[in-house]
Amino acid sequence: MPKATEKKTATIAPSSPPPAALGQADDGSGVNRRSFFSWLSIGWLAFIAATGGFFTMMLRFFFPNVLFEPVQTFRAGYPDEYQVGEVDLRWKGEYGVWIVRNDEGIYALSTVCTHLGCTPNWLATEQKFKCPCHGSGFRKTGINYEGPAPRPLERFRITLSDDGQIIVDKTKKYQQEKGQWGDSEAFLKV
Amino acid sequence: MAEKKSLLKRLAEGQVWTSIFRGGGVPKSRRQRMMVVLNSVFLHLHPVRLPKHAVKLKYTWCMGGLSFFLFLILTISGILLMFYYRPTIEYAYTDIIDLTEQVPFGIMREIHRWGAHAMVITVWLHMFRVFMTGSYKPPREFNWAIGVVLLLLTLLLSFTGYLLPWDQLAIWAITVGSNMARATPFLGSEGPGAAMLAIGDINFVTVASDVRFALIGGRFLGEATLLRFYVLHCIGLPFVIMIFMAVHFWRIRKDGGISTPV
Repeated sequence: MPKATEKKTATIAPSSPPPAALGQADDGSGVNRRSFFSWLSIGWLAFIAATGGFFTMMLRFFFPNVLFEPVQTFRAGYPDEYQVGEVDLRWKGEYGVWIVRNDEGIYALSTVCTHLGCTPNWLATEQKFKCPCHGSGFRKTGINYEGPAPRPLERFRITLSDDGQIIVDKTKKYQQEKGQWGDSEAFLKV
Repeated sequence: MAEKKSLLKRLAEGQVWTSIFRGGGVPKSRRQRMMVVLNSVFLHLHPVRLPKHAVKLKYTWCMGGLSFFLFLILTISGILLMFYYRPTIEYAYTDIIDLTEQVPFGIMREIHRWGAHAMVITVWLHMFRVFMTGSYKPPREFNWAIGVVLLLLTLLLSFTGYLLPWDQLAIWAITVGSNMARATPFLGSEGPGAAMLAIGDINFVTVASDVRFALIGGRFLGEATLLRFYVLHCIGLPFVIMIFMAVHFWRIRKDGGISTPV
């Protein structure tokens, strides 16, 4: 920058020494007003970067790499372990899944109420899922029909492994109101 | 022989007393009394003088003062409870039973619970009073904003404390409550805009990486949730609320005193 150079030479010209009161002392230490400001901005940038980095660390700290939770995908035994017309409760506690078999096949229902996330109970005598928190009711298919739940229960991906066991994959969900229950892996034909 | 001084007087003029309480002995003038207040770190948050009409009970309801009083009770009883309560799934519920049934003066637990309910009520009533008397108007508008933060912190303390007994009511109440966080815009896995934060098939805001996860430490309530809520309830939120309370009280003085037209 030629302009800056001109200015500098003008300031330190020996013929016109700057008055000390103006604070333009050039004692050879290399710090003048201009370089002071660039050092200041470098300092501020470093401070902001360090602070930002620290807050990023704090934020990331709350998301652990290992979760001590049941796995999202699990083997649920062989299809002939499930009776036609029954709601199977054996995976409810650990994985939060009901496995239901009807005449045509098997589907995996999520045990999470679509109202506010409580766990409904399967009432075999009344053939419905009933949520104890706010009274939502769902039919065996998962379709909501009473109480505040706004939409049917979700279904999970259900497939067969090579050895013929059922595999339930909770990372993929199918919602009836989006027309996804017709997808090939939302329902296991047996 | 010097004249005999009373013990009280010697105490008041001794080094111990004068080094702690500046201002030269027992305050006699109005100015000295004022200096006593201004020289104390605790008293100086408080106004030096109060107009008589400003502390009329039917005008202030004393709801702000009662809220602070309840906060002190909750702090003391809460610290006592911490000597027995262990925030793990194995012990949390039985430790509460132990506190209420076996520990001497286990009523401390009931004091903490009822005090917490009472504090939520008094904070709301304080806000109602401040609104009805127009005490939120300039120059007090900033203190109103601080008060709103204090209300929020009070409710969060109530919310986090609710989980700690780890009974059915607690678990399902926090399940329902934390599910609201799913709907946070951009930061919640089911909130508006969250689906936009994705590259191809990879979502960045999922149930394992959203704001609800940060709160409960898992995909669903568990050991991590209990510990996170415990730390927030006993350390994190009280720490923040005390800073805001100090500013809140100090600003009352700075903004023209308690409930006086300015």
